[in-house]
Amino acid sequence: MSTNNGNGTAATGGPIGKSVKRVEDKRFTMGHGKFTDDIVLPGQTYAAFVRSQYAHAKILSVDTSAAKAMPGVVAIYTGADVAAVNGVPCGWQVNFKNGNAMKEPKHPLLVADKTRHVGDAIAIVIAESIEEAFDAAQTVNVEYEELPCVVDAFKATQPGAPLVHDDVPNNICYDWALGNPIEEVNAAMSSAAHVTTLEFINQRLVPNAIEPRCYNSSYDAINDKYTLYTSTQNPHVIRLLMCAFVLGIPEHKVRVISYDVGGGFGSKIFHYTEEALLTWCTKQLGRPVKWTAERKESFVLDAHGRDHITKAEMGFDSGGKIVALRVKTYANLGAYLSTFGSCVPTYLHGTLMQGLYTTPKINIDVTAVFTHTTAVDAYRGAGRPEATYLLERLMDLAAHEMKIDPAELRFRNFIPPFDGVNQPGYQTQVALQYDSGNYHAALEKGLEMLGYEDFRKAQKESANNGKLLGVGFSTYIEACGIAPSAVVGSLGARAGLFEFGQIRVQPTGKVTVYTGAHSHGQGHETTFAQVVADKLGISMDDVEIVHGDTEKIGFGMGTYGSRSIAVGGTAIVKSIEKVIEKGKKIAAHLLEASADDIDFANGNFTVKGTDKSIAFGNVALTAYVPHNYPKDLEPGLDFSSFYDPANFTYPFGCHIAVVEVDKETGKVALKRFIAVDDFGNIINPMIVEGQVHGGVAQGVGQALFEGAEYNEHGQLVNASYMDYCMPRADDFPIFETATQVTPCPHNPLGVKGAGEAGAIGSTPAVVNAVIDALWSGGHEVKDIRMPLTSERVWRAMQN
Amino acid sequence: MSIKITVTVNGVKHTDKVEPRLLLVHYLRDVLRLTGTHVGCDTSGCGACTILVNGKATKSCTMLAVQADKAKVTTIEGIASNGELHPLQEGFNQCHGLQCGFCTPGIIMTACDLLKNNKKPSEEEIRVALEGNFCRCTGYENIVKSIQYAADKMSAPKARKTKKEATV
Repeated sequence: MSTNNGNGTAATGGPIGKSVKRVEDKRFTMGHGKFTDDIVLPGQTYAAFVRSQYAHAKILSVDTSAAKAMPGVVAIYTGADVAAVNGVPCGWQVNFKNGNAMKEPKHPLLVADKTRHVGDAIAIVIAESIEEAFDAAQTVNVEYEELPCVVDAFKATQPGAPLVHDDVPNNICYDWALGNPIEEVNAAMSSAAHVTTLEFINQRLVPNAIEPRCYNSSYDAINDKYTLYTSTQNPHVIRLLMCAFVLGIPEHKVRVISYDVGGGFGSKIFHYTEEALLTWCTKQLGRPVKWTAERKESFVLDAHGRDHITKAEMGFDSGGKIVALRVKTYANLGAYLSTFGSCVPTYLHGTLMQGLYTTPKINIDVTAVFTHTTAVDAYRGAGRPEATYLLERLMDLAAHEMKIDPAELRFRNFIPPFDGVNQPGYQTQVALQYDSGNYHAALEKGLEMLGYEDFRKAQKESANNGKLLGVGFSTYIEACGIAPSAVVGSLGARAGLFEFGQIRVQPTGKVTVYTGAHSHGQGHETTFAQVVADKLGISMDDVEIVHGDTEKIGFGMGTYGSRSIAVGGTAIVKSIEKVIEKGKKIAAHLLEASADDIDFANGNFTVKGTDKSIAFGNVALTAYVPHNYPKDLEPGLDFSSFYDPANFTYPFGCHIAVVEVDKETGKVALKRFIAVDDFGNIINPMIVEGQVHGGVAQGVGQALFEGAEYNEHGQLVNASYMDYCMPRADDFPIFETATQVTPCPHNPLGVKGAGEAGAIGSTPAVVNAVIDALWSGGHEVKDIRMPLTSERVWRAMQN
Repeated sequence: MSIKITVTVNGVKHTDKVEPRLLLVHYLRDVLRLTGTHVGCDTSGCGACTILVNGKATKSCTMLAVQADKAKVTTIEGIASNGELHPLQEGFNQCHGLQCGFCTPGIIMTACDLLKNNKKPSEEEIRVALEGNFCRCTGYENIVKSIQYAADKMSAPKARKTKKEATV
C-alpha cells in the first residue's frame, strides 16, 4: 500500500503521486484524436431525424411518400416500423413508499401515437449523404393535434394536469422517503429553538459536452455481427442494455467501440434511443448508418441535469446544534425515464442528507414526476450537488438568521475526525456509512487560505464604494467509487457496479492494460499507467492502456460517479498483485529458492537477505519461454480481475467563494474561489487539480450563468449557444486549490475519486456569497433563484 | 451544381468540385479527411471548428467552402513542423490545458492568431481572446497557462546551435 506524504499525494518514489504530463495529449493537440464522427465506413449512409416541434401532440399522420422520392434517400422508418421493438430501459428500479414498483412507461425508439417532448423522434431518414438526409427529412409531412402540456414538476402532480403517459396517474413515477420516521423528525423539529426554512429551485441544466453525440452502426451479414461506434462513457453497459433489453441480439454478436469521447459529464452514460435504432436500421439495410447530433438536437435530447423543487427545514437547538432536517422534493424526470434518472433524486441525493453534520433526525421525501420535457438524469455530481446545495444553503442562511458566524456554525456541527481504521466509519441516518473524514481540518485550511478576519474587515469597508462584498461557504461530502454491487442491488440497481482490469505482460516485459473504465478527458492513459509502472517498477513507456472496445476488454461498467481510480484502478491493482504472485513462483524456480522467500521491489525479484535477483522482464520472458520452469505452473503472465468495492468512497472538502455585487446593477463578479478537497491519496496531482477546475467551472456556471428555460408551451427557449449562457474564459478568476489527505481505508490505493467534487461543492458557495453580500448591505434575502443574473440580484436588493 | 475551388491547406494545394452549400468545415473533414477540426455547434458558438484562413482565426462552420477559394488555410494538423510540436501544442501538454481534447484544436488555432498579433498577452487578454471558444472540461485556467507558456517560448531568444554543439 502506498504511503501518504500528507501533501495530497501517495508517494512511493515511483510515478504515483507525481504530476506526470499526459501521454494522451499528443494525438489531441495534433488533431489526430479519434472521435466517433471522424469515422466513415465503406458504404456509409447518413441519418437525419424528423422530430416533434410540439411538447405534447397527437400524431394524426406521417406522410413519407415525397421524402422517399427525394434524391439519395435509402430508407425512411417511422414509429409504426419499430412498434414491435422494445423501448430503451431504465437501469434502476425505485419503489413507491407502499412497495409498488415505479411506473416505467415505454420509451420507444420512434414514437407512433403521440409526442411527449420537443425533439421526440417521429421518423428516421437515411440517405447517401447527410445533406440528402436533411433535405428529405424536411419533406416528411407530419399532421399533429397539439395537446396541453406541463413542464413544472409540482404542477404536473396537481389534479387536472395534462398526463405525459396515459397510464401514469398524476404523472408520478414514484414517491419515496428515506431516513428516520417522519414522526420522530417532526417531534425533533418542534423542539428546535430555531428553524431555518428554505424553499428553492435547483434549476435544470444542459450538460453541453462539446462533442455532440454520434453513433455509427454497421452489420456484417456473413458473420451476423454488428459493430456500433458510439460516443459513450460505458461501452459494455450500452452493449448489455441494447442487446438484452431492446433489440434481443446476443451480446457476443455485437461489438461496441468508444474511442475518444469529447466530454460526457454524465450525459453520455445513458443508452439513448438512437444507438439502438441505428443498430436496428443497419440490419434492415445491410449498410452502415451514421448519425451525429446537431447542437440544437443535443440541447433537447441529451439528458438534462438537476430540476428539483424543494422545501427544506433545518432545526437548531439554542446552542446552534442541528436537531432535525426535513426535506420535501419534487424531482422532474422529463418525459421518459432515462437510464439512471430514477436513482439520481433518491439514492444519489437522499442518501447525502447527513452532509458533514451530526444531525440526529433526518427525513427526506421525494416525488418523482414526468413532464413534457427532455429526460433528466445524472449530470456531473448527480444528486450530490442537489443535496449539497440544500444543506449548505441552509447552513449559511441559518447562520445569518441566528447571527452565528457561518464557519463557527459548521464547526459546532461537524462529525469529529475518523480514519475508518482506528475509528469506525460514521453511520448516517440515511443509509450510508462514511469511510473516513476530517472535516474540521478542511474548513480550517480554507479559512486560512481566505484570510477570514481580513476579509470581514474588507467587507465592511467595501459597502462604502458602491460594491457589496460577500463570502460563501460550502463544506461538502459526496459518495463516489460507485458502488458495492450488493448494496446498490438491494436498493434497486439492475446492474452490478464492479470494474474489470486486466494486466497482460508481454514476453518482453512490456505491459498492456485493459480497463473497463472509460476515459473521456480524465486522463486514464496516464493515471493508470502511473499505477502500473509504479507497482511493477517499470517505465511508464512500457505500459499501454486500452479502453473503449468490448471486443478487446473482458468487461466493464464504464466511467461515472468518480469511480475510475477507486474501482477501475483497484481492479488493475488486483491483477498486478496476481502477476507479482506468479512472478515470484517463476523467480523462485530460477533462483532456486522458495516463493515465500522472494521479495518484489523496484522491478526485481530478490531472494530475501541475498543479492540473488532477477528482473521483471526476465521473469516475463521465462513465462512465455518456459524451458526452465516450475513443474505445475501454467505458462504466460496475464491476469484479469473483477473488483467490487466494499463501500462507496467519500471525498469531502471546503469550497469558499468571494463575490462582489454591484449595488446599482446587481451584477455579480466572482473575485476568488478557494477549494480545499480531500480525495484520499492522489495518483496525479496535476490531473486531479484539472478535474477540480473543470468541476468548479460547471458549478459556478450553475450558480451564475446557466439554466434551461422552458416556456408554457414546453419549448426550451434557450436551446442554442446564443441563448444558453455557457461559462467562458473571462468569467473566472484563478482558482485557489489545495488538497488534504484522509486515505480511503477500504481500497489498496487509498483513493477516493475527484471527478465531481468541483461541481458538487462550488454552487452553494457562490450563491451563499451573493446572499452574504446582500445581507452585509442590509438586504435580508433568503433566496435568489439560480442562475443569479444581474436582474435577479438587483430585484432582490429592491425589497 | 458544383463549383470548382482551389484551396491551399497546410501548404498543400487542393482543387475540388464542391456543392455551393458545403461548409468549409465539412470540406476539410469529409473531402480532405482532415478530422482534427471539429464541429461542436454548427452555429459559430463553440469555436471547436476554428482554423486560420489567410492567417486569421475563422470559424469554419460558418463559412462556405466556396468562400475559401484561393485562400490559404491552416488547420491543427498543419502547425507542427518537421515533427516538432508548435509551442502551443507543447504548452497545452506542459500545462494540462486539455482534458477530452475536443475543443482543443479550435482553441489552439484561436491562440495562434492571438500570439501572432500580441506576443506577450496578459491573462486578461488571453481570457478575452478566448471568448469565442468553449471548453467544458478545464475551467479555462490551464488553457490560459498553456498559451502563456507558448508566448514565453515563442518570444524567448532562440538558442543558437554553435558548430560544436551541432556536431555532438
